[in-house]
Amino acid sequence: MLHEPAPEIHGVDEAASFKRRLGLQMLAGYGLLYVIFIAINVIRPKTMGVIVVGGLNLAIIYGFALIVIAFILAIVYNWMCTKHERSFENEGTVRHG
Amino acid sequence: MGDRSVLAIVIFLVIVGLVLFVSFWTARRARSASGYYAAGGRIHWGVNGIAFAGDYLSAASFLGICGMIATAGYDGFLYSIGYLAGWVVALFVVAEPMRRLGKYTFTDAIDSKFTKRGLKLVAALATLIVSIFYLIPQMVGAGVLIQPLLGLPYWVGVVLVGAIVITIVATAGMTSTTYVQFIKGSLLIVFALVIVVALLVRGLSTTPDQGGRVDFYQYKTIAATQAGGTITPSDAAYMNVGQHDVTAKGKTTTFVKLQNGGTATWWKATVTDAGVALHETQEVVVAKDGTKYVNGAVASSTNKLREVGTIAKIEGQETAKTGSLNPFSFLAKIGSKNSVIDLWKNAKWTQDGETITVYYEVPTTGDTITKPGLNFKLQGSWLDRVDFISLMIALFLGTAALPHILIRYYTVPSQRAARKSTVVAIAAIGFFYILTLFLGLGAMTNGTINVLDNNMSAPLLAQSFGTFLFAMISAIAFATVLGTVSGLIIAASGAVAHDLLDRFAGLIKTERTKVVAGRIAAFVVGAVAILLGLAFQSVNVSFLVGLAFAVAASANLPCIIMMLFWKRTTSKGMIASVIVGTVSSVGIILFTPTLWEIYGLDPSTAPIQMKNPGIISIPLSFIAIYLVSKLTKRDQMAERYATPKTPAAVEAVAATVKD
Repeated sequence: MLHEPAPEIHGVDEAASFKRRLGLQMLAGYGLLYVIFIAINVIRPKTMGVIVVGGLNLAIIYGFALIVIAFILAIVYNWMCTKHERSFENEGTVRHG
Repeated sequence: MGDRSVLAIVIFLVIVGLVLFVSFWTARRARSASGYYAAGGRIHWGVNGIAFAGDYLSAASFLGICGMIATAGYDGFLYSIGYLAGWVVALFVVAEPMRRLGKYTFTDAIDSKFTKRGLKLVAALATLIVSIFYLIPQMVGAGVLIQPLLGLPYWVGVVLVGAIVITIVATAGMTSTTYVQFIKGSLLIVFALVIVVALLVRGLSTTPDQGGRVDFYQYKTIAATQAGGTITPSDAAYMNVGQHDVTAKGKTTTFVKLQNGGTATWWKATVTDAGVALHETQEVVVAKDGTKYVNGAVASSTNKLREVGTIAKIEGQETAKTGSLNPFSFLAKIGSKNSVIDLWKNAKWTQDGETITVYYEVPTTGDTITKPGLNFKLQGSWLDRVDFISLMIALFLGTAALPHILIRYYTVPSQRAARKSTVVAIAAIGFFYILTLFLGLGAMTNGTINVLDNNMSAPLLAQSFGTFLFAMISAIAFATVLGTVSGLIIAASGAVAHDLLDRFAGLIKTERTKVVAGRIAAFVVGAVAILLGLAFQSVNVSFLVGLAFAVAASANLPCIIMMLFWKRTTSKGMIASVIVGTVSSVGIILFTPTLWEIYGLDPSTAPIQMKNPGIISIPLSFIAIYLVSKLTKRDQMAERYATPKTPAAVEAVAATVKD
């Protein structure tokens, strides 16, 4: 609302199935890490206090890791999707809006 | 008014003025170019990514999380982790399909596959409800900020934000909102980093004095003896003139009223093997005649509660200053089992017609603070654990279902741009959330927590580095509220004017009418937000956002996921999901202890003792869409071959038919 409608996207995105599969795989991987994090907190909360490295405990290391890994996965996902889209663009079969 | 206050107000006015200038300037440009409407769908992905951050890093992220970390340690940081993790769902599952299917709103995306009027209605109502739930903490944040910054009452902050945002949205629109969010998102991240660097350069001290700006206050402890239940101070200057036991969650704490000269104040007693000790507290007493006393004297602008937060021992050292620290050693020193941090709790009771609230220190070891458990009782009852799981699920699944986030996918020209802008958002937001841990722990150890309201911890930490940083951070936080509230009101007014009045009811005949309807909707939603902001004063804003995420994840996400990934989804299934998700999540919230307290009732008598509804309402919504779609699968064939409205929908139908 209150902005011009976004341009409609025409054509078939040949990379769609690849991107969807990759996205689901990465989501499953990250989701597993997230579930393990919650499970440790709920089942073995004391484990979160174990010092892992440099005086930092598992809670801090795991928390930072979840943030950093999200960023790394995002970069990798974008890179792989772009690469795949370009391979179709080179074949002239994909048109982005 | 001192020079420091003048500087704070000037900086505040400059930042808010800049926000309004950008807003109206882009709106004027838009009017001259193409009438009222802005150039939608043409925002660069980099700008949109930072605008995502500006939209998402709301008052809750900044004020609520930092406040919760400052008072509950790592448990506050769990919000940061959950909020960021939610973006993974947005990137991997939602971003590109939503961009491909939609034009204006979330309802458009659904409408491109299912052309049912009933579905448009419930999706629009869900958008409206989620937006309003998310608006509440933003308005609370505005009210909280205005008090120390401009010395104005809480309600003025709430009304001021409402008025400014209604003006922005009603006169400008999405393009200007995008640039406002871009500017404030950038400023917020840069200045949060500046404060964290300053914090690390300062290091830790057992006698924090805010860089020499505030004298360190050492709370006294005096020895005592106990006979027949009566506690008597050993220091003859003090005399026991009253005693009161407070029992909470099975634990009794004894407070003793000590007379010293002409002043009587409440002290907290501890009984250990080493003997009895009395610890100085802070107190607010409201007398029968309504007179308010703070720490034994009449409350005034100069006699108010002291800000708190001290590290009493650094790795076992009772008197220590570390000097500059790197980020890891800062965390390690606070988190050491030999470090002790004074957290603060409060007890409240009435006695002889007086209402007494006592704030007292609770020495807590560092290793307890840097792991979960202070707020979420993970070693407590099963209900506490379920509450924790519920919150973490809601945060993970809620982001990708927030209406004001979803509409931002329509401001970029392509799917690829939608994806790239999400990656930029993850980088910016992730970086900011890492900073929140330092900001919160910094407030906890630098004496910058307001015991009455932990939401101000981050701005007060900034104040410890000087008025300039305080004014900048407060003004940015205020602009943050403006940006987020603008996005939410646009989403809500879009749900009313575009989804309900135009697409559902067919009442909009011209583009001009739609603009007028949007303006009126923005005004009404803004007014509702103001009223709710006034009602929810003093509730932690991050907690309130957790509720909004639960409603979004329950009402919208099951629909989005099933529509994209389950071809047998029917429109009736979608309608059932939205209704069940919305009603169950909002219904549970209305009967929780937090709402009971707002109603003025005893929280322990609330019918539902859990705090976050996600663990029940999200699965219910998924079950509803699955079962109803199964039961109405006959309708599916008709829906499959219904005339698709967009090229993307043609493709979607073609793919379905191929299967």
